[in-house]
Formats: sequence, structure tokens, C-alpha cells
Amino acid sequence: MAKYIGRRLLYSVAVLFVTSIIVFGLSRAAGDPRHIFLTEYSTQADWDAWGKQYGLDKPFIIQYIIWMGNAARGDFGTSLRDHVNARLVIQERIPATLQLTVGSFIMAIVVGLPLGVMSAVKRGTLWDYIGRTWALLGQALPPYWLGVMLVLLFAVVLDWLPSGRKGDWTHYVLPAVTLGWGAASGMLRLTRSAMLEVLDSEYVKLARAKGVGMNGIIWKHALKNAIIAPLTYSGLLLGGLLTGTVITETVFSWPGLGRLAVTAVFNNDFPVLTGVVLLVTVIYLTVNLMTDVLYAVIDPRIRLT
Amino acid sequence: MTITSEIIKPIDDVSKGRLQTAYGWFRTYPVLPVAIIVILLIAVAFAELITSHDPERANTLDDNEIAPFWDSKGSTEYILGTDHLGRDVLARIIYGTRISLLVGVSVLVVGGVVGTSIGIISGYFGGNVDEVLMRLVDMTLAVPFILVALVVAIILGNSLTIIVILLVMFFWTAFARQIRAETLQLKTMDYVAFSRISGASDIRIMYKHILPGVFSTLIVISTLTIGTVILVESILSFLGVGVPGPTPTWGAMIADGRNYLTTGWWIAFFPGIALLLTVLAFNFLGDWLRDTFDPKLRQLVR
Repeated sequence: MAKYIGRRLLYSVAVLFVTSIIVFGLSRAAGDPRHIFLTEYSTQADWDAWGKQYGLDKPFIIQYIIWMGNAARGDFGTSLRDHVNARLVIQERIPATLQLTVGSFIMAIVVGLPLGVMSAVKRGTLWDYIGRTWALLGQALPPYWLGVMLVLLFAVVLDWLPSGRKGDWTHYVLPAVTLGWGAASGMLRLTRSAMLEVLDSEYVKLARAKGVGMNGIIWKHALKNAIIAPLTYSGLLLGGLLTGTVITETVFSWPGLGRLAVTAVFNNDFPVLTGVVLLVTVIYLTVNLMTDVLYAVIDPRIRLT
Repeated sequence: MTITSEIIKPIDDVSKGRLQTAYGWFRTYPVLPVAIIVILLIAVAFAELITSHDPERANTLDDNEIAPFWDSKGSTEYILGTDHLGRDVLARIIYGTRISLLVGVSVLVVGGVVGTSIGIISGYFGGNVDEVLMRLVDMTLAVPFILVALVVAIILGNSLTIIVILLVMFFWTAFARQIRAETLQLKTMDYVAFSRISGASDIRIMYKHILPGVFSTLIVISTLTIGTVILVESILSFLGVGVPGPTPTWGAMIADGRNYLTTGWWIAFFPGIALLLTVLAFNFLGDWLRDTFDPKLRQLVR
């Protein structure tokens, strides 16, 4: 078990390393940062002083270590747009993204899990039909287009819900549905196939033969055994939702990390963008790592492979 | 995941009406998906013949935001209306097909070659080679793709080549995993052993005996993946880091239309429908190909 966790941890660190090398390498490929910070009135002495202060005169690998060291302390540099520490800009956007992610996560589970169970149990009925259509559309619907169409229907035509930005609870509905839609369909698909498999098993047949009621079989015997895959999937889901916020927040002008990253691209605000990317990568990897460990705890067979 | 799995083979019965036979066909073969894909290919090849409108420029200065033809304010000149700059929406959708399919196909060709090679090498040699390559797959899948794409866009700018390279760097994994699993089975076959006994080199065995064996899997994965590739490309376009304008792309059209929902809903609506139908068509065709030619893949694909 310890060996398994250790190996997983090692992968996560490796991915973080690779991502940070990509980000850092690209940032240096873009040119010497002094070109951005120093004006045409700066002297050669200023240039050298900056180089010394930020280690720009040192070889690439040393520069990377300095940069990573700063990043680990939350110092990504000064935002080129707001002229304050990028960390402050990023920090104030975190709550909005977390609220949105949690909201859509809840939606994915509340909709996906029961509908998946119903779809499997009532196979071939209307429930199954609704479930499978949702699963199919979840894969094929462009998430941003779904968001735009929801705005069109519920904000423009019907005028029931606000079209974007933060506010009272009604402002959460459309963004959370947009972000959670695909996740719910994934959850539904997994629950459905796991339930179908379990319902076909010997012990369910035995329970049925012994005269256990249908509700007892579904919720006690079948779901308990079918839940492992959806449960671990929900961990991966959280990571996926986090990166999905880039799209949803752009559609709804939601003041979170994803929107910050996109606007940073257009403002050429590199410190902010690198900060967001590294932060999200760390959270994403941590969630995935926790999922893997949770999986191994619940299902001992995983540890052996 | 599939609806096509419920396929019922039609019984050839002369007493059946023509309508019923057509319905049987419809259920057995992916008629609709293939029809949609053929329409897409025609749009790609003959865009200039189908529409006389310029997708990148308006005809006149005051033709902006004209409604589709069935609207009282619409005209048959612009069947699906015009956008905020007066450009024909239908023409832009038709020309947009080019970018979508060009990106989709090139990513699959390059990614397919890279992924298949890595998959075969990984499965054939096993051991440390396999371990390293499969960890590489794991690592690629763990990178938050869209965010990295944003970083690349800010530095290298956005062009068709960069988009394709970016997508290849991510989508080769889809091939590598499945092809490796397939290779693991194939290499235990007797004909592979005979070939080795008769002195064939590793490269020859991989090329002559393993590759033909994984070919059907390759086709199935390509078809199942192309929809996702097109979808991701459109996401990049929507975020403004895809193929740069004024070249029409479906994602960028939806991004434009988003700002004109109150006055011109059709600008964002129709490109999305085109995208949805395209992705659905490829997914259905892929499902059908898998069920028909490669049933054992069902267990591999989640």
C-alpha cells in the first residue's frame, strides 16, 4: 500500500515538473522578461542590475530553480495589468471558482447517480431512454454552446434567470448546469453499466430467489457493489470540472480562475497566467492522487496491479 | 453508451413492405451518420460551388443581423441569416467545415502514426520500455490540457499548425493505450512465433505481423476520437486561441454570436447544431464500426 501511494506520488511530482518546465520554457522562449519590465530609457546598468536581482544572467536550469522556488512560495511576479503581486489577483478569484465547481459537482451526482440506477433497473423504459439520450448528448454537446443556448432560452427568451456574473443563488443555476452537464452524463454512464453488471450477478439472483424485495435488492445489494466505479470517478470529475471552469466562466463572465486565465492570455499577463496554470495543476494532481489512494483503499485488487 | 448495440438483424422476408425494409436498413446500418458525413465532405470539397457568399466579408455594408429566411424580416438571399458584420451564416458554417475536418483528420493521422508506433513498441517489447512509455501516457493524460493550450497561445501565437501539434501531443494517447493492449494479445500468436523462428527481425514482425492485426482497431479508434478532436478544436476557437480570424471556425462563430443573443440568436445557434450533428455522426459511426468489426474492443473502451 505504501509502495503504491509512493509510486503515485512520484508520478504526480513528475507531471508537475513537466508542466512547470513547459510553462517556464515557453515563458523564456517568449524573450527576456527585462524587455517587458524595462523601458527604453533604462541604462545598461539597470539591465545588468535586474539581471543580477532576478538571476537572469544565470544558466537556464538555475533560472528555473529560482522561478520554481518563488512559485512554491506563491510569488509568480507582478501582474502586468494590475501592477500588484499576481498572487493577490489569483487569490481573490479562488472562491468563485470553488463555489461553481462544488455546485456542478453536486448536480452531477444528484442527477447522474439516480438516473444511472433507474436507467439500468428499468431497462428499455422511458427512464432508460432519458438516461441514454443524456449520456449520448453529454459526450457530443459542446459545453460552451450549451451554456450560450441556456442563456438564450432562460435569460433572453423566458427571462427567468440571470445570464451571468455572480449574485444571489439564481446566478449559480445556469453556470452550474453548464459545467455539470457533461460530468452528470459520465456519472450516469458509469453507474448504468456498473449496475447492469451487478444486477446480472449470482448474488443478486440469489437475493431475488430468497424473496428480497426489489427495492432492497437495488439499493442494498446492487448499488453497494456498483458504487465503486462511480465513486472513484467522482474524484476524477472534480479535477475535470476545475479545468472545465475555463469554458464555463468565459460564457458566463464568472469572476473565477478560468476567466482570469483567459483574460490573462489577451492581456499578455504572463505572471498571472503561469500562476493560475500551476495552481490548477497542483489542485488537479492532488485530487487525482487522492482518488487513486481512495480507490486502492476501497478496492484491494487495485493495489496488486 | 451505445444505441446501436440494440441492433436487430432484419429478416429477409418478401412479404415485408418496402417501408419496413427501409426501416430495417435504417436500424442495421448507420445510414444517418454516413449521410451527415457525406454532406460534410461535400461541403469541404465544393464550398465555393454551394454558396456564392464570401464567408469572410459582407456583401454590402447594411446587411448585418438579417434573420433566417422563414422570419418575416429574413430573406432567401441569406438562408440562415447574417451575423453582426453582415456575413452569411450558412456560408461561414460551410467554410467552417474545412477547418474542423482538416484539424480532425490531420490530428488523427499524425497522432495515429505516433500513438500506434508507441503502442506497438510498448506492447511488443514489454518490460522497461513498456513501463516508461505507459507512464508517459499517464503523465500526458494528467496535464490540464486547455490551460497548457492557453499558455502556448500566449507565447507562440495561434495558427493552424500550432493547434494541430498541440492536439496531437494530447490525442496520441488514445491510440497508444488500445494498440498496446491489442499488441499484447497478438504477440502470443503462433504465426508471430513462427516468424521469429524463421529469423525475422523485431521490426519486420512489428511491421508485417502486428500492424495488420491492429488495423481494424486503428480505424475504430480514429472514428471514435475524431468527434472529440473536432469538439476540442472548437473549444480552443471559442476561447479565442484557435485558428485566427477572419477564417471561419464554428467555435469562433459561437463566441461572436454570444454577444448578440438578444438581437440575433441564429448567429450562435446554427454553428452549434452543425458541431453537434458532426460529433454525433462520427460517434455513432464509430460505435457501429466497433460493434461490427471489433467486438472485443467493447471491453477495452469504457
